[in-house]
Amino acid sequence: MSKLRLATAWLGGCSGCHMSLLDLGELLVGLADRIDLVYGPLVDAKQFPEQVDLALIEGAVANLENLELLQQIRRNSRLLVSFGDCAITGNVTSLRNIFKVDDLLTGVYQAGPGSLPRSGEDGHVLPELLPRVLPLHQVVEVDAFIPGCPPDPDRILAAITAALNGEPIQLSEEMRTFG
Amino acid sequence: MPAITLTINNELFSARKEQTILEIAREHGIDIPTLCHFEGLEAMGGCRLCLVELQGSPRPVPACITKAAEGMVITTSSDKLIEYRKMLVELLLAERTHTCSICVQNNNCELQTLAAKLGIDHVRFDYLHQQLPMDASRERFALDHNRCVLCLRCVRVCDAVEGAHTWDVRGRGSTSRIVADLDRPWGNSTSCTDCGKCVQLCPTGALYKKGATVGEMKKERSFLNRILERRRLAAQGRSL
Amino acid sequence: MNRGELAELAEATLQKQQACRLRLLVCCGTPCVAAGAEAVVAALREQLTGLGNLADLELVSTGCQGPCSRGPLLTVLQPGQPEQVWEKVTPELACTVLNTALQQQHLPEQNLLPQDWPFFNRQTRLVLANSGRIDPESLEQYIARGGYESLAQALHEMTPDDVCDGVVQSGLRGRGGGGYPTGLKWQLVRKSSGSRKFVVANGDEGDPGAYMDRSLMESDPHRILEGIAIAGYAIGADQGYIYVRGEYPVAAQRLRKAIKDAERAGLLGSRVLDSSFSFRIDIRIGAGAFVCGEETALLGSIMGRRGQPRIRPPYPAEAGLWGCPTLINNVETFGNIPSIFSIGPQAFSAYGNGKSRGTKVFALCGEVVNNGLIEVPMGIPLREIVYEIGGGLANGATFKAAQTGGPSGGCIPAEKLDTPVDYENLQALGSIMGSGGLIVMGEQSCMVDVARFFMEFCLDESCGKCVPCRTGTVEIYRLLSRICNGSASQRDLQTLEQLCVMMKDTSLCGLGAAAPNPVLSTLRWFRQEYEAHVKDRRCPAGVCSMNELPLHLLGEQLLQRISALRCDGEEY
Ligand SMILES: Cc1cc2nc3c(=O)[nH]c(=O)nc-3n(C[C@H](O)[C@H](O)[C@H](O)COP(=O)(O)O)c2cc1C
Ligand code: SF4
Ligand code: SF4
Ligand code: SF4
Ligand code: FES
Ligand code: FES
Repeated sequence: MSKLRLATAWLGGCSGCHMSLLDLGELLVGLADRIDLVYGPLVDAKQFPEQVDLALIEGAVANLENLELLQQIRRNSRLLVSFGDCAITGNVTSLRNIFKVDDLLTGVYQAGPGSLPRSGEDGHVLPELLPRVLPLHQVVEVDAFIPGCPPDPDRILAAITAALNGEPIQLSEEMRTFG
Repeated sequence: MPAITLTINNELFSARKEQTILEIAREHGIDIPTLCHFEGLEAMGGCRLCLVELQGSPRPVPACITKAAEGMVITTSSDKLIEYRKMLVELLLAERTHTCSICVQNNNCELQTLAAKLGIDHVRFDYLHQQLPMDASRERFALDHNRCVLCLRCVRVCDAVEGAHTWDVRGRGSTSRIVADLDRPWGNSTSCTDCGKCVQLCPTGALYKKGATVGEMKKERSFLNRILERRRLAAQGRSL
Repeated sequence: MNRGELAELAEATLQKQQACRLRLLVCCGTPCVAAGAEAVVAALREQLTGLGNLADLELVSTGCQGPCSRGPLLTVLQPGQPEQVWEKVTPELACTVLNTALQQQHLPEQNLLPQDWPFFNRQTRLVLANSGRIDPESLEQYIARGGYESLAQALHEMTPDDVCDGVVQSGLRGRGGGGYPTGLKWQLVRKSSGSRKFVVANGDEGDPGAYMDRSLMESDPHRILEGIAIAGYAIGADQGYIYVRGEYPVAAQRLRKAIKDAERAGLLGSRVLDSSFSFRIDIRIGAGAFVCGEETALLGSIMGRRGQPRIRPPYPAEAGLWGCPTLINNVETFGNIPSIFSIGPQAFSAYGNGKSRGTKVFALCGEVVNNGLIEVPMGIPLREIVYEIGGGLANGATFKAAQTGGPSGGCIPAEKLDTPVDYENLQALGSIMGSGGLIVMGEQSCMVDVARFFMEFCLDESCGKCVPCRTGTVEIYRLLSRICNGSASQRDLQTLEQLCVMMKDTSLCGLGAAAPNPVLSTLRWFRQEYEAHVKDRRCPAGVCSMNELPLHLLGEQLLQRISALRCDGEEY
């Protein structure tokens, strides 16, 4: 049986969801037989590959780079899963939505103690921020959701197991809570 | 007390005349989701989660406030009702900034629980991200408007049970907001007795005890049980 | 005053009027005042003073005469001659008319409206019978036109049950929008038991663009008082309230004066017209909230509470003001009552169509040639209103749709122009009769934009008590805005429909339940316009800016920009 091609990605989030994935601990060893991890912060791949079976996407869509990557992920993946609250609700990442982008950049990089990275103003160093941080499903079609901040390992396991078994990824009531 | 007979989900039940559909359903273990309602407080019918289908009525009716009547035929769950309830909770989640992960009420929240129970794993509407303040001016309690669902339990319990009527609503529509003493900082309120009833009945993390950090706020309501039960029965003309 | 004295006063005033060789009626309705009617009155007054204020020359400042967009209006009555009406009257023109009439010369043709003008000819004026014909501040002039005779008839010749039956027979239905049978409501309140009963007249009129009720209150206040008093007698109330919205100070002031005059004349207060019936009326002023037109919110507001609807039942007929049985009707509904008893319920119900009897007042506006206030028999085809009374579309535009019922209503497309305008037929088309706003739109109007306008109104006016209306209006508004600015996706369109249906079914009061109507109705008749906005990013009417991109296109555009940067050899 061919292995499930799993990709993970880290958009506008804190990497906590990936930490939680690692918290699966020794269970990961068992999964390794059935899964090929083809992309993500945990592997060394520069390009998002073709023909991914399952993509777990952490974080919200906050900037142009996120948007570009997410659209590519959607094109190349069979199942795209919003992985964690930031991906589903915008969560903490979206708290900046009460500010205008310009005010935010000014506030953080100019009015505040820091200074803007060299040539950052041209938008060549910092990926351009979107006007609003968006949950994934407002940008692309999303096939399933794993809520939680971060989602408990058992939720992640349940989702991956369902995908492995070719079942729809639909978490039970206790596994569905945000936060 | 005159008895009546009605049908809920194809089953016949007998009930007392002054009871609401919700009370009868709950007495018989039939679950109807609610949010704004709290037994013993005057029902207001605002959240619309308890809507049930009543034969002969063109639109669903709120179970928390609709008195049962002889011969009613009621359905408490259907695809349509489930879909409506989901949408309503999604609207609430989108309306204010419910970032559960950094909320005092995380894991003890009625809104959060309802969402999970109704099968909501994402919200299809725009998050409004209103910029709302917090009021931490009171010594022991605080109010975070960002988590308020405007259920008005606080308003009602403070008025009807504590008798202080500290809380009320200002503005209208989506700009409505809970205010203390005609819109003063809660800390300056002279009517508030610090009884904490509003805090304990608040379904979400909008009203909480200071000092609680993420997930630490648990609502403690047992001290209100007796008085609320007495009020509930009184509304039907009965006593404890 | 007793019944005989009432009749004497009517006779005397009428004789005085008939003895006049010239009566000048200047419209002083709000639109005409805005167009300069006061200067016209002043100029005529000066001339008349110069002539020594002769008893057989009368100058009357009336309420609205009808064709408001053509104001100021001057109507001239001379014995034995057809009445003549001038539009857009200046002080100079008015003086010329006066002088030529006095010299019995040919009156000026300039701005003279044609004798057979359909705007006047096609109307049937029952409720508006006195509007524009009398000085609203004159009790005598109202009495001269048969005013308070219906009240006298009710008090002296009929039992309260007879009165209720009469209203039932007339077939009158509520003019506030819902169309509930008025007689039935009166009977319900009559049968309800309570320590006291109240009558409330709803003059809150919050629909944008509607001004029928204001005009009626300003132009013929005694008619409303008479209607309310008859209702009070019929249901057994001793107190009435008129709830006037805060934006209508003139209406409130006229009603106040009318109440005072009527009380002084013994037509209100204790022992009305020497009968055993005593009845007081007071004014309550709203603070300008659309939702306070909803009956339970209105009653709450009268009692000094927050203007918020509550769940019915109990209906006001059982438990209204302070828990007492309360009759609440629209002011136009009350305005119909004196007519019912003056012409008789049978004659009244001879007007109309199907289950909709009598007449309806509309505020006709939008892209028609003749804007103004009209009264037509129920069941008149929409085409007749638009093309004959309204004179067709201005600037040769093509009719696209008519909107009725304001933010709670919907639109009627061109292919339904022959629909009879009555409760049932409008409802069948997904619109409502509403309180009487009628906006005519040509092809220059974008239906999505129209829907968005009404949704913005509703989101502003939602009281906030229930979730679907409080938040649903905001979300629907955002979806419509996206459609209008070109950034909507097909899924947005789907979400829009789902939300609308849900809101209609779940909102607590009529505001939220009806708020999706303008969207649903435009979706029903003009879906292709929505599709054009979403699929082709094009506004067929050319109204919407369409200057934003949907996310998927935004992404592509931005990506192109990035790759262009990369090609420049720059670091990303
Ligand atoms: C949101 C809302 C606004 C309303 N506004 C008015 C109004 O401005 N005037 C009015 O007469 N009725 C209004 N109504 C209808 C009233 O609730 C009530 O049905 C009416 O006054 C009854 O009088 P009728 O039977 O004579 O029509 C409104 C209803 C709703 C739901
Ligand atoms: S109040 Fe409830 S739903 Fe809102 S953020 Fe807190 S835990 Fe989440
Ligand atoms: S503060 Fe709490 S109890 Fe009060 S209205 Fe808001 S959510 Fe309800
Ligand atoms: S439908 Fe709107 S106006 Fe009516 S109660 Fe609900 S929130 Fe208030
Ligand atoms: S619980 Fe009944 S409406 Fe909120
Ligand atoms: S106000 Fe003068 S015609 Fe209407």
